[in-house]
Amino acid sequence: MTGTDTTAAPTRAEYCVVACAEAWRDAGEVLASPMGTVPMIGARLAKRTFAPDLLLTDGEALLIGDVPAIGAAPAIVEGWLPYRQHLALVTTGRRHVMMGASQLDRYGNQNISCIGDWERPRRQLLGVRGAPVNSLNNPTSYWVPRHSARVFVERVDMVCGVGHDRAAAAGPSATRYHRLPGVVTDLGVFDFETPDRGMRLRSLHPGVTVEQVREATGFALAVPEEVPYTRDPTAEELRLIREEIDPRGLRDREVRA
Amino acid sequence: MSKDKTMTAEEVVGRLRSGMTIGIGGWGSRRKPMALVRALLRSDVTDLTVVSYGGPDVGLLADAGRIRTLVTAFATLDSVPLEPHFVAARQRGAFELVELDEAMMMWGLTAAVHRLPFMPVRAGLASDVMTVNPSLRTVTSPYGDREELVAVPALRLDAALVHLNRADPHGNGQYLGPDPYFDDLFCEAAETAYVSCERIVDTSELLKDAGPQTLLLKRAFVDGVVEAPNGAHFTSCVPDYDRDEAFQRHYAEAARDPEAWREFTARFLSGDEDAYRAAVAAFHGEEA
Repeated sequence: MTGTDTTAAPTRAEYCVVACAEAWRDAGEVLASPMGTVPMIGARLAKRTFAPDLLLTDGEALLIGDVPAIGAAPAIVEGWLPYRQHLALVTTGRRHVMMGASQLDRYGNQNISCIGDWERPRRQLLGVRGAPVNSLNNPTSYWVPRHSARVFVERVDMVCGVGHDRAAAAGPSATRYHRLPGVVTDLGVFDFETPDRGMRLRSLHPGVTVEQVREATGFALAVPEEVPYTRDPTAEELRLIREEIDPRGLRDREVRA
Repeated sequence: MSKDKTMTAEEVVGRLRSGMTIGIGGWGSRRKPMALVRALLRSDVTDLTVVSYGGPDVGLLADAGRIRTLVTAFATLDSVPLEPHFVAARQRGAFELVELDEAMMMWGLTAAVHRLPFMPVRAGLASDVMTVNPSLRTVTSPYGDREELVAVPALRLDAALVHLNRADPHGNGQYLGPDPYFDDLFCEAAETAYVSCERIVDTSELLKDAGPQTLLLKRAFVDGVVEAPNGAHFTSCVPDYDRDEAFQRHYAEAARDPEAWREFTARFLSGDEDAYRAAVAAFHGEEA
Protein backbone atom coordinates (compact mmCIF):
# COMPACT_ATOMS: atom_id res chain seq x y z
CA MET A 1 0.00 0.00 0.00
CA THR A 2 1.72 3.16 -1.19
CA GLY A 3 0.71 6.59 -2.35
CA THR A 4 -0.37 9.67 -0.53
CA ASP A 5 -3.76 8.68 0.86
CA THR A 6 -3.49 9.98 4.40
CA THR A 7 -6.86 8.68 5.52
CA ALA A 8 -6.27 4.95 4.96
CA ALA A 9 -5.69 2.86 8.10
CA PRO A 10 -2.05 2.47 9.17
CA THR A 11 -0.23 -0.46 7.60
CA ARG A 12 2.03 -2.88 9.47
CA ALA A 13 5.05 -1.08 7.98
CA GLU A 14 3.76 2.20 9.43
CA TYR A 15 3.37 0.70 12.89
CA CYS A 16 6.98 -0.45 12.54
CA VAL A 17 8.07 3.06 11.52
CA VAL A 18 6.41 4.57 14.59
CA ALA A 19 7.86 1.87 16.87
CA CYS A 20 11.34 2.60 15.50
CA ALA A 21 10.83 6.35 15.89
CA GLU A 22 9.92 5.79 19.55
CA ALA A 23 13.42 4.37 20.13
CA TRP A 24 14.78 7.89 19.75
CA ARG A 25 12.20 9.65 21.98
CA ASP A 26 14.06 11.60 24.69
CA ALA A 27 17.42 10.69 23.12
CA GLY A 28 18.35 14.37 23.15
CA GLU A 29 21.08 15.93 21.01
CA VAL A 30 22.70 12.72 19.77
CA LEU A 31 23.35 11.07 16.44
CA ALA A 32 20.57 8.72 15.33
CA SER A 33 22.12 5.91 13.25
CA PRO A 34 19.35 3.89 11.66
CA MET A 35 20.31 0.84 9.59
CA GLY A 36 17.55 -0.32 7.28
CA THR A 37 14.77 1.51 5.50
CA VAL A 38 12.09 1.42 8.21
CA PRO A 39 14.47 2.63 10.97
CA MET A 40 15.65 5.40 8.64
CA ILE A 41 12.06 6.55 8.09
CA GLY A 42 11.52 6.22 11.85
CA ALA A 43 14.53 8.37 12.74
CA ARG A 44 13.42 11.07 10.30
CA LEU A 45 9.90 10.92 11.67
CA ALA A 46 11.24 11.30 15.22
CA LYS A 47 13.28 14.32 14.18
CA ARG A 48 10.32 15.91 12.43
CA THR A 49 8.09 15.43 15.48
CA PHE A 50 9.08 14.69 19.08
CA ALA A 51 12.91 14.53 18.82
CA PRO A 52 13.95 17.66 16.87
CA ASP A 53 17.45 17.77 18.37
CA LEU A 54 18.57 14.50 16.75
CA LEU A 55 21.53 14.56 14.39
CA LEU A 56 21.17 12.59 11.14
CA THR A 57 23.63 11.67 8.40
CA ASP A 58 23.16 11.31 4.65
CA GLY A 59 24.33 7.70 5.03
CA GLU A 60 27.88 8.81 4.28
CA ALA A 61 30.01 11.61 5.70
CA LEU A 62 27.57 14.51 5.98
CA LEU A 63 25.28 15.59 8.81
CA ILE A 64 22.09 16.82 7.22
CA GLY A 65 20.40 20.02 8.34
CA ASP A 66 16.99 19.21 6.93
CA VAL A 67 14.90 16.05 6.73
CA PRO A 68 14.62 15.05 3.07
CA ALA A 69 12.60 12.15 1.70
CA ILE A 70 14.37 8.77 1.74
CA GLY A 71 16.71 8.65 -1.24
CA ALA A 72 16.65 12.43 -1.83
CA ALA A 73 19.68 14.64 -1.32
CA PRO A 74 19.65 17.04 1.63
CA ALA A 75 19.19 20.75 0.84
CA ILE A 76 21.15 21.73 3.95
CA VAL A 77 24.35 20.24 5.36
CA GLU A 78 25.11 21.11 8.99
CA GLY A 79 28.21 19.06 9.68
CA TRP A 80 30.91 16.64 8.66
CA LEU A 81 31.21 13.12 10.00
CA PRO A 82 33.73 11.01 8.07
CA TYR A 83 34.20 7.42 9.24
CA ARG A 84 37.12 8.24 11.54
CA GLN A 85 35.01 10.79 13.40
CA HIS A 86 31.97 8.52 13.32
CA LEU A 87 33.87 5.67 15.00
CA ALA A 88 35.21 8.12 17.57
CA LEU A 89 31.74 9.58 18.16
CA VAL A 90 30.47 6.10 19.02
CA THR A 91 32.80 6.00 22.01
CA THR A 92 31.51 9.34 23.33
CA GLY A 93 28.11 7.69 23.75
CA ARG A 94 26.37 10.57 21.92
CA ARG A 95 24.73 8.19 19.49
CA HIS A 96 21.88 5.71 19.44
CA VAL A 97 22.21 3.10 16.72
CA MET A 98 19.53 0.74 15.44
CA MET A 99 21.29 -2.18 13.78
CA GLY A 100 19.99 -5.18 11.90
CA ALA A 101 20.53 -8.75 13.08
CA SER A 102 20.87 -12.00 11.17
CA GLN A 103 20.62 -13.75 14.54
CA LEU A 104 19.58 -12.38 17.92
CA ASP A 105 19.35 -14.34 21.15
CA ARG A 106 17.42 -14.09 24.42
CA TYR A 107 19.98 -11.77 26.04
CA GLY A 108 20.42 -9.52 23.03
CA ASN A 109 23.59 -10.98 21.55
CA GLN A 110 23.55 -10.16 17.85
CA ASN A 111 25.21 -11.81 14.86
CA ILE A 112 25.79 -10.28 11.42
CA SER A 113 29.08 -12.05 10.70
CA CYS A 114 28.44 -15.61 9.58
CA ILE A 115 26.16 -18.62 10.08
CA GLY A 116 27.57 -21.95 11.19
CA ASP A 117 31.09 -22.67 12.37
CA TRP A 118 33.20 -19.50 12.22
CA GLU A 119 36.28 -21.40 10.99
CA ARG A 120 34.44 -22.44 7.87
CA PRO A 121 31.00 -20.85 7.85
CA ARG A 122 28.00 -22.40 6.15
CA ARG A 123 26.93 -18.91 5.15
CA GLN A 124 29.32 -15.97 5.29
CA LEU A 125 27.53 -12.67 5.91
CA LEU A 126 28.88 -9.14 6.34
CA GLY A 127 31.46 -9.62 9.08
CA VAL A 128 31.32 -8.09 12.56
CA ARG A 129 31.45 -4.54 11.18
CA GLY A 130 31.09 -2.03 14.06
CA ALA A 131 28.77 -4.14 16.21
CA PRO A 132 31.33 -4.73 19.00
CA VAL A 133 32.23 -1.05 19.37
CA ASN A 134 28.61 0.05 19.06
CA SER A 135 27.15 -2.28 21.65
CA LEU A 136 29.75 -1.49 24.30
CA ASN A 137 29.71 2.28 23.88
CA ASN A 138 26.37 3.73 22.83
CA PRO A 139 22.74 2.69 23.15
CA THR A 140 22.12 -0.08 20.62
CA SER A 141 18.68 -1.17 19.46
CA TYR A 142 17.83 -3.74 16.83
CA TRP A 143 15.48 -3.95 13.87
CA VAL A 144 14.34 -7.25 12.41
CA PRO A 145 11.97 -6.85 9.44
CA ARG A 146 11.02 -10.54 9.36
CA HIS A 147 10.61 -12.01 12.85
CA SER A 148 11.35 -15.73 12.66
CA ALA A 149 12.88 -18.57 14.65
CA ARG A 150 15.84 -18.44 12.25
CA VAL A 151 16.67 -14.96 13.54
CA PHE A 152 15.56 -15.31 17.17
CA VAL A 153 17.73 -18.22 18.25
CA GLU A 154 18.75 -19.71 21.57
CA ARG A 155 22.41 -18.95 20.90
CA VAL A 156 23.93 -16.88 18.10
CA ASP A 157 26.75 -18.43 16.06
CA MET A 158 29.07 -15.44 16.48
CA VAL A 159 28.60 -12.69 19.06
CA CYS A 160 29.08 -9.39 17.21
CA GLY A 161 26.78 -7.06 19.17
CA VAL A 162 27.18 -7.90 22.87
CA GLY A 163 24.17 -9.06 24.91
CA HIS A 164 23.51 -8.75 28.64
CA ASP A 165 24.86 -12.14 29.73
CA ARG A 166 28.11 -11.77 27.82
CA ALA A 167 28.67 -8.20 29.00
CA ALA A 168 28.08 -9.22 32.63
CA ALA A 169 30.48 -12.16 32.31
CA ALA A 170 33.19 -9.91 30.85
CA GLY A 171 33.04 -7.49 33.76
CA PRO A 172 32.66 -3.78 34.52
CA SER A 173 34.54 -2.44 31.48
CA ALA A 174 32.06 -4.24 29.26
CA THR A 175 28.94 -3.28 31.20
CA ARG A 176 29.92 0.34 31.94
CA TYR A 177 28.28 1.91 28.87
CA HIS A 178 26.41 -1.15 27.60
CA ARG A 179 22.73 -0.41 26.94
CA LEU A 180 20.22 -2.31 24.81
CA PRO A 181 16.99 -0.32 24.89
CA GLY A 182 14.99 -2.67 22.70
CA VAL A 183 14.16 -4.57 19.56
CA VAL A 184 11.56 -3.74 16.93
CA THR A 185 10.30 -6.40 14.52
CA ASP A 186 7.42 -6.72 12.06
CA LEU A 187 5.45 -8.44 14.84
CA GLY A 188 6.06 -6.25 17.86
CA VAL A 189 8.35 -4.37 20.21
CA PHE A 190 10.63 -6.09 22.73
CA ASP A 191 12.81 -5.00 25.64
CA PHE A 192 14.99 -6.57 28.33
CA GLU A 193 13.11 -5.30 31.41
CA THR A 194 13.19 -8.65 33.22
CA PRO A 195 15.07 -9.75 36.36
CA ASP A 196 17.60 -11.78 34.33
CA ARG A 197 17.71 -9.26 31.44
CA GLY A 198 16.16 -11.78 29.04
CA MET A 199 13.99 -10.53 26.19
CA ARG A 200 10.39 -9.57 26.92
CA LEU A 201 7.44 -8.79 24.69
CA ARG A 202 6.66 -5.12 25.25
CA SER A 203 3.91 -4.51 22.69
CA LEU A 204 2.23 -6.28 19.80
CA HIS A 205 1.55 -4.56 16.51
CA PRO A 206 -2.23 -4.57 15.95
CA GLY A 207 -3.29 -7.78 14.20
CA VAL A 208 -0.53 -9.89 15.78
CA THR A 209 -1.14 -12.46 18.52
CA VAL A 210 1.12 -13.58 21.36
CA GLU A 211 0.95 -17.10 19.93
CA GLN A 212 2.29 -15.88 16.58
CA VAL A 213 5.23 -14.20 18.30
CA ARG A 214 6.01 -17.26 20.41
CA GLU A 215 5.98 -19.51 17.34
CA ALA A 216 8.35 -17.19 15.50
CA THR A 217 10.80 -17.02 18.42
CA GLY A 218 13.36 -19.76 18.99
CA PHE A 219 13.73 -19.21 22.73
CA ALA A 220 11.47 -18.79 25.76
CA LEU A 221 10.27 -15.21 25.52
CA ALA A 222 9.03 -13.39 28.62
CA VAL A 223 5.40 -12.40 28.09
CA PRO A 224 3.60 -10.24 30.69
CA GLU A 225 -0.01 -10.99 31.61
CA GLU A 226 -1.22 -7.89 29.83
CA VAL A 227 0.47 -7.04 26.55
CA PRO A 228 -0.47 -3.66 25.08
CA TYR A 229 -0.63 -2.91 21.38
CA THR A 230 1.99 -0.71 19.74
CA ARG A 231 0.57 2.80 19.67
CA ASP A 232 -1.20 4.10 16.56
CA PRO A 233 0.53 6.67 14.37
CA THR A 234 -1.11 10.07 14.69
CA ALA A 235 -2.76 11.60 11.63
CA GLU A 236 0.14 14.04 11.32
CA GLU A 237 2.69 11.21 11.59
CA LEU A 238 0.91 9.29 8.84
CA ARG A 239 0.93 12.38 6.65
CA LEU A 240 4.64 12.92 7.23
CA ILE A 241 5.46 9.26 6.49
CA ARG A 242 3.29 9.02 3.38
CA GLU A 243 3.76 12.44 1.84
CA GLU A 244 7.12 13.76 2.97
CA ILE A 245 9.51 11.12 4.29
CA ASP A 246 8.65 8.04 2.24
CA PRO A 247 6.41 9.10 -0.66
CA ARG A 248 7.73 6.20 -2.78
CA GLY A 249 6.51 3.64 -0.24
CA LEU A 250 9.89 1.98 0.30
CA ARG A 251 8.71 0.88 3.76
CA ASP A 252 6.38 -1.63 2.13
CA ARG A 253 9.31 -3.37 0.46
CA GLU A 254 10.88 -4.07 3.84
CA VAL A 255 7.67 -5.00 5.68
CA ARG A 256 4.94 -6.67 3.69
CA ALA A 257 1.37 -5.70 4.51
CA MET B 1 62.94 20.37 -5.58
CA SER B 2 61.93 17.08 -4.02
CA LYS B 3 62.12 13.99 -6.19
CA ASP B 4 59.74 12.85 -8.87
CA LYS B 5 58.02 9.68 -7.67
CA THR B 6 55.81 9.04 -10.66
CA MET B 7 55.74 5.44 -11.81
CA THR B 8 53.46 2.94 -13.50
CA ALA B 9 51.15 0.51 -11.74
CA GLU B 10 53.42 -2.28 -12.99
CA GLU B 11 56.40 -0.60 -11.31
CA VAL B 12 54.47 -0.41 -8.05
CA VAL B 13 53.62 -4.09 -8.20
CA GLY B 14 57.23 -4.83 -9.12
CA ARG B 15 58.21 -3.53 -5.69
CA LEU B 16 55.82 -5.86 -3.87
CA ARG B 17 56.88 -9.32 -2.77
CA SER B 18 54.98 -12.47 -2.01
CA GLY B 19 54.33 -12.89 1.70
CA MET B 20 54.06 -9.15 2.38
CA THR B 21 51.44 -7.47 4.57
CA ILE B 22 49.61 -5.01 2.34
CA GLY B 23 47.10 -2.38 3.44
CA ILE B 24 44.49 -1.26 0.92
CA GLY B 25 42.74 2.10 1.38
CA GLY B 26 39.17 3.15 0.65
CA TRP B 27 36.10 1.63 2.29
CA GLY B 28 33.75 -1.06 0.93
CA SER B 29 33.09 -0.12 -2.68
CA ARG B 30 34.40 3.43 -2.28
CA ARG B 31 37.67 4.89 -3.63
CA LYS B 32 39.48 1.58 -3.84
CA PRO B 33 42.85 1.53 -5.66
CA MET B 34 41.41 -0.85 -8.24
CA ALA B 35 43.92 -0.11 -11.03
CA LEU B 36 46.71 -1.11 -8.60
CA VAL B 37 44.74 -4.19 -7.54
CA ARG B 38 44.25 -5.15 -11.19
CA ALA B 39 48.00 -4.74 -11.77
CA LEU B 40 48.61 -6.93 -8.73
CA LEU B 41 46.30 -9.58 -10.23
CA ARG B 42 48.44 -9.56 -13.40
CA SER B 43 51.59 -10.26 -11.35
CA ASP B 44 52.78 -13.39 -9.55
CA VAL B 45 52.70 -11.73 -6.11
CA THR B 46 50.80 -13.97 -3.70
CA ASP B 47 50.65 -15.34 -0.14
CA LEU B 48 49.65 -11.87 1.07
CA THR B 49 48.32 -10.64 4.37
CA VAL B 50 45.75 -8.04 3.34
CA VAL B 51 44.47 -5.34 5.72
CA SER B 52 41.40 -3.61 4.32
CA TYR B 53 37.95 -2.23 5.02
CA GLY B 54 36.94 -4.75 2.42
CA GLY B 55 35.29 -4.26 -0.93
CA PRO B 56 35.93 -5.71 -4.38
CA ASP B 57 39.69 -5.38 -3.74
CA VAL B 58 39.37 -8.17 -1.20
CA GLY B 59 36.94 -10.09 -3.41
CA LEU B 60 39.20 -10.11 -6.46
CA LEU B 61 42.38 -10.96 -4.54
CA ALA B 62 40.61 -13.71 -2.57
CA ASP B 63 39.13 -15.23 -5.71
CA ALA B 64 42.56 -15.23 -7.35
CA GLY B 65 44.01 -17.07 -4.36
CA ARG B 66 46.45 -14.28 -3.46
CA ILE B 67 45.40 -13.90 0.18
CA ARG B 68 46.89 -16.07 2.91
CA THR B 69 45.50 -13.94 5.75
CA LEU B 70 42.80 -11.29 5.63
CA VAL B 71 42.50 -8.67 8.37
CA THR B 72 39.12 -6.98 8.15
CA ALA B 73 35.83 -6.07 9.82
CA PHE B 74 33.70 -6.73 6.73
CA ALA B 75 33.63 -7.03 2.97
CA THR B 76 30.81 -5.38 1.07
CA LEU B 77 29.92 -3.73 -2.22
CA ASP B 78 27.68 -1.22 -0.36
CA SER B 79 24.76 -1.20 -2.82
CA VAL B 80 25.19 -5.00 -3.00
CA PRO B 81 25.49 -5.96 0.69
CA LEU B 82 27.57 -9.14 0.34
CA GLU B 83 30.84 -9.34 -1.64
CA PRO B 84 30.28 -12.61 -3.54
CA HIS B 85 33.93 -13.63 -3.94
CA PHE B 86 34.65 -12.92 -0.26
CA VAL B 87 31.62 -15.00 0.71
CA ALA B 88 32.63 -17.91 -1.53
CA ALA B 89 36.28 -17.80 -0.44
CA ARG B 90 35.30 -17.84 3.25
CA GLN B 91 32.89 -20.71 2.73
CA ARG B 92 35.57 -22.81 1.07
CA GLY B 93 38.15 -21.84 3.71
CA ALA B 94 40.41 -20.15 1.15
CA PHE B 95 42.23 -17.88 3.60
CA GLU B 96 42.82 -17.30 7.27
CA LEU B 97 40.64 -14.52 8.69
CA VAL B 98 41.56 -12.05 11.42
CA GLU B 99 38.11 -10.60 12.06
CA LEU B 100 38.32 -7.29 13.91
CA ASP B 101 35.75 -4.61 14.69
CA GLU B 102 35.81 -1.46 12.49
CA ALA B 103 37.11 0.70 15.35
CA MET B 104 39.70 -1.89 16.36
CA MET B 105 41.10 -1.69 12.82
CA MET B 106 41.31 2.10 13.07
CA TRP B 107 43.12 1.95 16.40
CA GLY B 108 45.41 -0.85 15.20
CA LEU B 109 46.48 1.30 12.25
CA THR B 110 46.80 4.31 14.56
CA ALA B 111 49.07 2.35 16.92
CA ALA B 112 51.27 1.44 13.95
CA VAL B 113 51.45 5.09 12.85
CA HIS B 114 52.48 6.14 16.36
CA ARG B 115 55.01 3.29 16.61
CA LEU B 116 53.17 1.92 19.63
CA PRO B 117 52.70 -1.80 20.27
CA PHE B 118 48.95 -1.48 20.89
CA MET B 119 46.09 0.86 21.70
CA PRO B 120 43.64 0.25 24.55
CA VAL B 121 40.00 0.12 23.46
CA ARG B 122 36.68 -1.00 24.90
CA ALA B 123 35.54 -2.40 21.53
CA GLY B 124 35.76 -6.16 21.29
CA LEU B 125 35.33 -6.97 24.99
CA ALA B 126 32.69 -9.66 25.56
CA SER B 127 32.26 -10.24 21.83
CA ASP B 128 33.43 -13.27 19.84
CA VAL B 129 36.13 -11.11 18.26
CA MET B 130 38.06 -12.14 21.38
CA THR B 131 37.17 -15.82 20.84
CA VAL B 132 38.08 -16.07 17.15
CA ASN B 133 41.34 -14.16 17.69
CA PRO B 134 42.83 -16.04 20.64
CA SER B 135 46.04 -14.01 20.39
CA LEU B 136 44.21 -10.80 21.40
CA ARG B 137 45.11 -9.68 24.91
CA THR B 138 43.59 -7.29 27.40
CA VAL B 139 45.42 -4.67 29.43
CA THR B 140 44.54 -3.26 32.84
CA SER B 141 44.56 0.49 33.35
CA PRO B 142 47.38 1.48 35.74
CA TYR B 143 45.18 4.29 37.13
CA GLY B 144 42.54 4.20 39.82
CA ASP B 145 39.75 2.97 37.55
CA ARG B 146 41.61 -0.36 36.98
CA GLU B 147 39.55 -0.86 33.79
CA GLU B 148 40.38 -3.94 31.76
CA LEU B 149 40.50 -3.06 28.07
CA VAL B 150 41.42 -4.73 24.79
CA ALA B 151 45.01 -4.11 23.67
CA VAL B 152 44.55 -3.83 19.90
CA PRO B 153 47.92 -4.74 18.38
CA ALA B 154 49.55 -2.34 15.94
CA LEU B 155 48.76 -3.18 12.32
CA ARG B 156 52.16 -2.54 10.75
CA LEU B 157 52.17 -2.82 6.97
CA ASP B 158 54.93 -3.61 4.49
CA ALA B 159 53.12 -1.63 1.82
CA ALA B 160 50.01 0.51 1.39
CA LEU B 161 47.97 1.00 -1.78
CA VAL B 162 45.51 3.92 -1.93
CA HIS B 163 43.67 5.91 -4.60
CA LEU B 164 43.03 9.64 -4.39
CA ASN B 165 41.56 12.31 -6.61
CA ARG B 166 44.78 14.27 -7.18
CA ALA B 167 48.46 14.05 -6.30
CA ASP B 168 51.58 15.91 -7.29
CA PRO B 169 54.62 14.03 -8.63
CA HIS B 170 56.26 14.12 -5.19
CA GLY B 171 53.53 12.23 -3.37
CA ASN B 172 51.38 14.97 -1.87
CA GLY B 173 47.94 13.43 -2.15
CA GLN B 174 44.58 15.20 -2.24
CA TYR B 175 41.05 13.89 -1.70
CA LEU B 176 38.15 15.95 -3.00
CA GLY B 177 35.25 13.79 -1.81
CA PRO B 178 33.46 13.89 1.54
CA ASP B 179 35.49 11.20 3.34
CA PRO B 180 39.25 10.62 3.62
CA TYR B 181 38.49 7.08 4.86
CA PHE B 182 41.75 5.90 6.48
CA ASP B 183 44.11 6.37 3.56
CA ASP B 184 46.60 8.55 5.45
CA LEU B 185 46.74 6.01 8.28
CA PHE B 186 47.38 3.18 5.81
CA CYS B 187 50.26 5.13 4.23
CA GLU B 188 51.79 6.22 7.54
CA ALA B 189 51.51 2.71 9.00
CA ALA B 190 53.43 1.26 6.03
CA GLU B 191 57.12 0.85 5.21
CA THR B 192 56.34 1.92 1.66
CA ALA B 193 53.20 3.56 0.30
CA TYR B 194 51.89 3.95 -3.23
CA VAL B 195 49.15 6.32 -4.31
CA SER B 196 47.30 6.17 -7.57
CA CYS B 197 45.21 9.17 -8.53
CA GLU B 198 42.83 10.43 -11.16
CA ARG B 199 45.26 13.10 -12.26
CA ILE B 200 48.82 14.13 -11.38
CA VAL B 201 49.02 17.91 -11.13
CA ASP B 202 51.78 20.36 -10.41
CA THR B 203 52.15 21.16 -6.71
CA SER B 204 51.11 24.75 -7.41
CA GLU B 205 47.77 23.50 -8.80
CA LEU B 206 46.70 21.54 -5.70
CA LEU B 207 45.00 24.38 -3.88
CA LYS B 208 43.58 26.20 -6.90
CA ASP B 209 40.03 25.04 -6.19
CA ALA B 210 40.26 23.39 -2.77
CA GLY B 211 41.22 24.13 0.82
CA PRO B 212 44.39 22.90 2.52
CA GLN B 213 42.47 20.30 4.55
CA THR B 214 42.01 18.29 1.32
CA LEU B 215 45.76 17.54 1.34
CA LEU B 216 45.54 14.16 2.99
CA LEU B 217 48.89 12.53 2.15
CA LYS B 218 52.25 14.08 2.90
CA ARG B 219 55.06 13.20 0.49
CA ALA B 220 57.29 11.99 3.33
CA PHE B 221 54.95 8.97 3.58
CA VAL B 222 54.56 8.25 -0.14
CA ASP B 223 57.04 6.32 -2.28
CA GLY B 224 55.29 6.14 -5.61
CA VAL B 225 52.64 8.10 -7.53
CA VAL B 226 50.66 6.56 -10.38
CA GLU B 227 48.37 8.49 -12.69
CA ALA B 228 45.39 6.17 -13.13
CA PRO B 229 42.31 7.87 -14.58
CA ASN B 230 39.24 5.89 -13.54
CA GLY B 231 41.65 4.00 -11.31
CA ALA B 232 39.00 3.37 -8.65
CA HIS B 233 36.53 1.92 -11.17
CA PHE B 234 34.03 0.36 -10.50
CA THR B 235 34.08 1.77 -6.98
CA SER B 236 33.22 5.43 -6.37
CA CYS B 237 35.67 8.30 -6.54
CA VAL B 238 33.53 11.36 -5.94
CA PRO B 239 33.48 14.09 -7.10
CA ASP B 240 35.28 12.69 -10.17
CA TYR B 241 32.74 9.87 -10.58
CA ASP B 242 30.19 7.81 -8.71
CA ARG B 243 30.24 4.06 -8.34
CA ASP B 244 29.52 2.32 -11.66
CA GLU B 245 26.42 0.55 -10.38
CA ALA B 246 25.57 -1.19 -13.67
CA PHE B 247 29.08 -2.61 -13.93
CA GLN B 248 29.16 -3.56 -10.25
CA ARG B 249 25.88 -5.46 -10.67
CA HIS B 250 27.44 -7.26 -13.62
CA TYR B 251 30.52 -8.06 -11.52
CA ALA B 252 28.43 -9.35 -8.61
CA GLU B 253 26.23 -11.53 -10.82
CA ALA B 254 29.23 -12.96 -12.66
CA ALA B 255 31.05 -13.63 -9.38
CA ARG B 256 28.22 -15.89 -8.22
CA ASP B 257 28.52 -18.26 -11.17
CA PRO B 258 31.78 -20.01 -12.22
CA GLU B 259 30.98 -20.02 -15.95
CA ALA B 260 29.92 -16.36 -15.95
CA TRP B 261 33.03 -15.51 -13.95
CA ARG B 262 35.29 -17.18 -16.54
CA GLU B 263 33.64 -15.01 -19.18
CA PHE B 264 34.00 -11.89 -17.02
CA THR B 265 37.69 -12.60 -16.45
CA ALA B 266 38.35 -13.21 -20.12
CA ARG B 267 36.54 -10.05 -21.11
CA PHE B 268 37.73 -7.60 -18.45
CA LEU B 269 40.74 -8.93 -16.57
CA SER B 270 42.89 -10.68 -19.15
CA GLY B 271 44.57 -7.55 -20.54
CA ASP B 272 46.23 -4.41 -19.20
CA GLU B 273 44.52 -1.31 -17.78
CA ASP B 274 43.94 0.18 -21.26
CA ALA B 275 42.26 -3.05 -22.31
CA TYR B 276 40.15 -2.92 -19.14
CA ARG B 277 39.00 0.64 -19.91
CA ALA B 278 38.14 -0.31 -23.48
CA ALA B 279 36.18 -3.36 -22.33
CA VAL B 280 34.26 -1.28 -19.78
CA ALA B 281 33.46 1.32 -22.46
CA ALA B 282 32.21 -1.48 -24.73
CA PHE B 283 30.12 -2.87 -21.85
CA HIS B 284 28.41 0.50 -21.42
CA GLY B 285 27.92 0.77 -25.19
CA GLU B 286 25.94 -2.48 -25.05
CA GLU B 287 24.03 -1.36 -21.98
CA ALA B 288 22.95 1.93 -23.59
